[in-house]
Amino acid sequence: MTDALVIRNLRVRVEGKEILKGVNLTLPKGEVHAIMGPNGTGKSTLAYTLMGHPGYEVVEGEVWFKGQNILELEPDERAHLGIFLAFQYPVAIPGVTVANFLRTALNAQRRARDPEDKGIPIAEFRKLLKEKMALLNMDPSFGGRYLNDGFSGGEKKRAEILQMAVLQPEIAILDETDSGLDIDALRIVAQGVNALRGPNLGVLVITHYQRILNYIQPDVVHVMMDGRIVETGGPDLALHLEEKGYSWVREKLEGDSVLA
Amino acid sequence: MTKETPEIVVRGRRREAQALAKAFAFQRAMVRTAGLSPGIQAFRDQAWRLFESLPMPDPKDEAWRRTDISGLQAETFRLPQPDAYLDLAPLDESLLSPLAGEAHAGQVVLLPGGVRTSLNESLQAQGVVFTDLLSAERDHADLLEARLGKIVRPEEGKFAAMAAALAHTGVFLYVPRGVVIEQPLHSLLWGPGVGLAHISHLVIWVEDEASVTYVHEYASPTEEGGQTLHVGLVEVYVGEGANLRFVELQSWGEHVWNFTHERVRVARQGNVDWVFGAMGGHVTKNFAELDLVGEGSTGRMSGFYFTDGDQHLDYDSQQNHLAPHTTSDLLFKGALLDRSRVVWQGMIYVAPGAFKTDGYQANRNLVLSRQARADSIPGLEILADDVRCTHGATVGKIDPEQIFYLRARGIPEVEAKRLIVEGFFDPIMQRIPFEGVRARFQEAIQRKMLNFKA
Ligand SMILES: Nc1ncnc2c1ncn2[C@@H]1O[C@H](COP(=O)(O)OP(=O)(O)OP(=O)(O)O)[C@@H](O)[C@H]1O
Ligand SMILES: [Mg+2]
Repeated sequence: MTDALVIRNLRVRVEGKEILKGVNLTLPKGEVHAIMGPNGTGKSTLAYTLMGHPGYEVVEGEVWFKGQNILELEPDERAHLGIFLAFQYPVAIPGVTVANFLRTALNAQRRARDPEDKGIPIAEFRKLLKEKMALLNMDPSFGGRYLNDGFSGGEKKRAEILQMAVLQPEIAILDETDSGLDIDALRIVAQGVNALRGPNLGVLVITHYQRILNYIQPDVVHVMMDGRIVETGGPDLALHLEEKGYSWVREKLEGDSVLA
Repeated sequence: MTKETPEIVVRGRRREAQALAKAFAFQRAMVRTAGLSPGIQAFRDQAWRLFESLPMPDPKDEAWRRTDISGLQAETFRLPQPDAYLDLAPLDESLLSPLAGEAHAGQVVLLPGGVRTSLNESLQAQGVVFTDLLSAERDHADLLEARLGKIVRPEEGKFAAMAAALAHTGVFLYVPRGVVIEQPLHSLLWGPGVGLAHISHLVIWVEDEASVTYVHEYASPTEEGGQTLHVGLVEVYVGEGANLRFVELQSWGEHVWNFTHERVRVARQGNVDWVFGAMGGHVTKNFAELDLVGEGSTGRMSGFYFTDGDQHLDYDSQQNHLAPHTTSDLLFKGALLDRSRVVWQGMIYVAPGAFKTDGYQANRNLVLSRQARADSIPGLEILADDVRCTHGATVGKIDPEQIFYLRARGIPEVEAKRLIVEGFFDPIMQRIPFEGVRARFQEAIQRKMLNFKA
């Protein structure tokens, strides 16, 4: 296991309240892990913390990637390192087109990796964008729209994956990318993610539904409850949850603690 | 509150105001009359008398409440002498490249005490006049005389009277009936120097069924050691079924105090597309009015500004619907940095009988620094039935979630802010069909954003 995102004992406070209470998780490149868990359990908190949102205060813990504790890096530096978050609630940037934004982002990342980089030539960028939009069944006119401004729920999610496809991260965290997608869109987005899968990409899929995992087969499934990873297993675990709900895990946990 | 103000205080202020008025070092002998037609002489004489008798703006006037001009060093200003430009900061030649389209149909470059003009010969043959004020007074006295002070009257204020009396630079554009000018016209008022008063008068007359695009710029470098004054009158007439696209760009140096009175009058079925861009100046007070006097006339006013440092920008806009079936649409958008301040006070007025009018005004401000401040004051006065008028005013900040979102994609913070600011301006840029104008403003944004930290 050469390259992995390693989360060690991560404790995070939001507005004075502890939300993550010691998360441990290792996501090797080349694998897809899913995180499931009830509402308000801290899944998005984990996602935002990994990306460096200033509203999340790390109380304890480390997150290692490529030999660096990324918690010490600015959000843009984390992106330069290859970390990507598909937001649960993407933010609108009125007046900035998808194409302009993506080219700016791509060039910023290229420049961060190579200060000599002159930026991607416009024609080459157009070709890249067109290709990735085709992959996600997106109308070419989409590139000219203002980023997330007036996008439908499904369009926003698709645009997140488009960004992932263009920026080619090494660790991608997808926070409920499946919610708000109709069945066809879900299939397309999942195919898009699958097309990006490979030895150089680790994916963390945060979801409430087994459904997306039918399309994006996970290697490992984690269950998060009350700020901790409480259960880890294979793809079956997701099926189990779907069938029995979280009470099953809760009961199991209580049983464990009684035993302990 | 006014009731409780003792009378004596009011008098005190008046006396103060007059003291300032006296402090201008201008004298009657500076009114240019020699060699001018009697009509023009009479106009300037009368304007001088008004200048002398009108008080300085009263800080208690609604229009001047938010713009403090007590720091104006009125006594320091001199009018530029002939050829003065030879000893002043040289013209930034890059300002002369076409801002709209590939080439100009004509260009007027106004320098302190000097001028350069050019106009396409075929337009000259069609009777188009596009020249500097002094040449127009000499060569087109009849045309000019009948139009001076017809749109903006000298009695409208101290500065209006000053400009009418003392203007020594300016442009006269006359487009005869039915003449359609394809390529844009461009003029530039270059106002370098310290302690100078650049006093300008623009008269733009587009006769019935004529059409023209005209870009006028005010510019100067920022200079140390005192203030410079610009006072301007802009009088515009758009005839029946005529079309004018008029772009005004202001990039004065940061030592310039700038006061203008501007009005566009639009006749039946006429149309004006009026664009303002402001990037410079220390203090600017601008009165801009749209008078829709003819049935079915339309006017659009689009403004963009970006202030920083100690800049103070105050726009007073008025959309007057004076006839039925008139349409006006105003959108002003601006961003503020540092300790700068912007005031926009807009009014849509619908006269009795001006039914089926459609008026719109919106002002949007993006305040980028904690110490910057924007006041946005829309207003409606509707005296007719069956009209549709809407307005909106906002003063907002960059949402930190936007910055985080962009940073999460690898865009550094400063660049993220610049992108958001550019996006904020994009809708107004879309209204400006000139690549060069947009590029000029984009450059200003980039330059100002470089110093942006907070
Ligand atoms: N910015 C914030 N301000 C205040 N409270 C927050 C903030 N972010 C998260 N929280 C709180 O932290 C807890 C965990 O929220 P989080 O969004 O991480 O849950 P989640 O597991 O992603 O839930 P869901 O499945 O509903 O998306 C919740 O109680 C939430 O209210
Ligand atoms: Mg969530």
